[in-house]
Amino acid sequence: MKGRVLVVDDDAALAEMLGIVLRGEGFEPTFVADGDKAVEVFRDSRPDLVLLDLMLPGSDGIDVCRQIRAESGVPIVMLTAKTDTVDVVLGLESGADDYIMKPFKSKELVARVRARLRRTDEPAPEMLQIGDIAIDVAGHSVKRGPETLNLTPLEFDLLVALARKPRQVFTREVLLEQVWGYRHAADTRLVNVHVQRLRAKIEKDPEHPEIVVTVRGVGYKAGTG
Amino acid sequence: MTAVSRLRQRYWLTAFRQSSFGRAVIRRLPGRVKRGLRAGHRWQRRAGAQLRTRWRRSLQFRVVSTTLVLCVLVIAVLGYFLVQTIATGLLASAEKSATAQAAAARSTILGLSNVLVLQPPEADSPTANAPNVAEVAARTALDEGGSAGKYLVAVHLTDPQADPQADSVPWVAEDTFNPSATIPSGPSGLLAGVSQEQSDEKFDNQYVPVPQYQPTTLVGNDGQSLGPTLAVGVPLGPYYQLYYVYPFTSEQSFLLLVQRVLIGAGLALAVLLAAIASLVTRWVVLPVRHAAQAAQRLSAGHLEERMRVLGVDDLAALATSFNEMASSLQGKLRELEELSKVQRQFVSDVSHELRTPLTTIKMAADLLFESRGELEPGSARSAELLQSQLERFETLLVDLLEISRYDAGAATLDADLVDVCDLVRNSAADAQQLAERRGGRIEFRLPATGCFAEVDRRRVERILRNILVNAVEHGEGKDVVVTTAMDNDAVAVSVRDYGVGLRPGDEQQVFERFWRADVSRARTTGGTGLGLAISLEDAHLHGGWLQAWGERGKGSVFRLTLPKLAGQELAGSPLPLGPDDAELTGTILRD
Repeated sequence: MKGRVLVVDDDAALAEMLGIVLRGEGFEPTFVADGDKAVEVFRDSRPDLVLLDLMLPGSDGIDVCRQIRAESGVPIVMLTAKTDTVDVVLGLESGADDYIMKPFKSKELVARVRARLRRTDEPAPEMLQIGDIAIDVAGHSVKRGPETLNLTPLEFDLLVALARKPRQVFTREVLLEQVWGYRHAADTRLVNVHVQRLRAKIEKDPEHPEIVVTVRGVGYKAGTG
Repeated sequence: MTAVSRLRQRYWLTAFRQSSFGRAVIRRLPGRVKRGLRAGHRWQRRAGAQLRTRWRRSLQFRVVSTTLVLCVLVIAVLGYFLVQTIATGLLASAEKSATAQAAAARSTILGLSNVLVLQPPEADSPTANAPNVAEVAARTALDEGGSAGKYLVAVHLTDPQADPQADSVPWVAEDTFNPSATIPSGPSGLLAGVSQEQSDEKFDNQYVPVPQYQPTTLVGNDGQSLGPTLAVGVPLGPYYQLYYVYPFTSEQSFLLLVQRVLIGAGLALAVLLAAIASLVTRWVVLPVRHAAQAAQRLSAGHLEERMRVLGVDDLAALATSFNEMASSLQGKLRELEELSKVQRQFVSDVSHELRTPLTTIKMAADLLFESRGELEPGSARSAELLQSQLERFETLLVDLLEISRYDAGAATLDADLVDVCDLVRNSAADAQQLAERRGGRIEFRLPATGCFAEVDRRRVERILRNILVNAVEHGEGKDVVVTTAMDNDAVAVSVRDYGVGLRPGDEQQVFERFWRADVSRARTTGGTGLGLAISLEDAHLHGGWLQAWGERGKGSVFRLTLPKLAGQELAGSPLPLGPDDAELTGTILRD
């Protein structure tokens, strides 16, 4: 398993502590304290995962998240002290895959990081189809006709989970477990936000989704196209 | 209509309907008439109700209708007096001219040598027989005024004893204007007056008799009344009396004309006044209505709402003070908003500032805790204590932040349609573990159909977790019963324990911050003392209730009632607060 983690945090003590814990778990952490330099360091170090504090000096954690997401699909996990819905949703919408609320336990952090880094061992060649969308699971690509759609790994996992069982309705809790790796129910807003982001990329009209359909009061399922 | 007269009317109507006669009448009416009557009654009531509403609501309507009614009253009274005065004047002038004419006719007739009025009537004499004398006298009198045809003349023979035949001709009348009319025979007062004058004259030769008059009614040959007249009588020597009868035709038509003009002008004036009143009231009422509208918009939250100030009159003063009030209100609200914003920012800052070092401490404690096997016993125990107390510290911090968020008014409801029964099951996990350790269990009485309501899942779970853990903690190892029920408007969850219960007065105090039922009790589960206070705020945020009942030794009930639709007002709860009757009689009902 690759294990380079970029820690973007201005709090020296926390960053150091994060370093101790991550190294203890066999990851290779790199650090940056300033939001303005975060993207630069990201390009240099090419990490497998970014741990990003939402409150940063210089440019905002949300801006950093957007900039990184603009050039890479690398998993981003936000560290946030803010519990207010608006802040969390804003962070997720700017491209973060997951978030951890401070104060968190070391085990919790490591579990989240591993879940985001875990890629199924070389999947068997598998082609899936939802509506006019073709998914090559092994080749990690999604196409509508000749056009390739650019999804982040998380969005890809979400789409694959839905596409594998086309007629099944997934509750948000089940999706959290399958895609994010949570054992017990956590924040279902994660699912809502990422379904919206996925729709924005794959639906012809995100207002009237046909690929990822909402089943009111239950959850989501793959559309028949 | 005044209330008294309305009551009286209603009383009579009711009395009529209830009397046997009234019932008989109503019973015999054909169905269509009855329906019509009922419909009419309904319509009348509806129209009455509308008018009353209008009267109460609209100042303009009140002013205009009052002006109209008062105006019509004043004009009616004035008109009545005017018509009376004109009528009296007309009568007086008619009397004056009539008496003058009668007196003149009298002297003319007396001066004529060929009319033998001064001699006693003789039936045999061709010139002195009564009909002849009377006729000649009457013709003379008729010509006297030079306006023959406008009145009746009659000559009356007073003393029928003088001529037995005269009885058959008591009146000799000339009637040119209305052949069908006869002289009225009735005005006895007039006849008596004239006879009195006649006897006065007989007694005193120098006496000039005064014409007597009396208003009377002309009667036609067929006995029909032909209208009011003025009868004037004057003695014509000792044997005859001369009478004029003037019909009031022209006076009457003049009076009628005056009446019509008065009514027409009065009505026009009344309508005009009502219109003026309406216009003037509008001037006053419109700005007041504007003010009311502005105040409404202001209270609806449009703080920029101001009134237009025109001129310097009373209404302008109203507008000015209204605007001043609005400005000061806006200022105060801004101030409060500012304060609340500062408070919220502070809470958020504290939250962030505390959480970051706490995270570091926690991770460090975790590390120490995990490697406690390599430490010497004292240090190892310290690591354990550090770990457990950090958790407590964290819960306390979370609760404090939550409650200060409520205090700052920064709490928002994230409502979703969820099954409250699911929430009950989900949030019972902690309490169930605790109950198992205590040797009790939690009994669920949930409806099979589910209880869907628009609630904030996180907050409702927090409330339920709180009251469930509390119930187990104070339940002394006995069972805890959770009941859920719903009606059309609300969902309720009640948690019943059979433990220590509450002292009288504690039902309110349990929701206070850092309040403990018993200071000496061991803090076994390490609650923060803020749980119920937060739960109460959570319930209030939904527009719901969180209430407690308890009795020493009999246990307690905590009941949460939430409206099915977020923000709806609660009228009642589907579950009772306190032990239900079945419990009291010892039987336990199951769904």
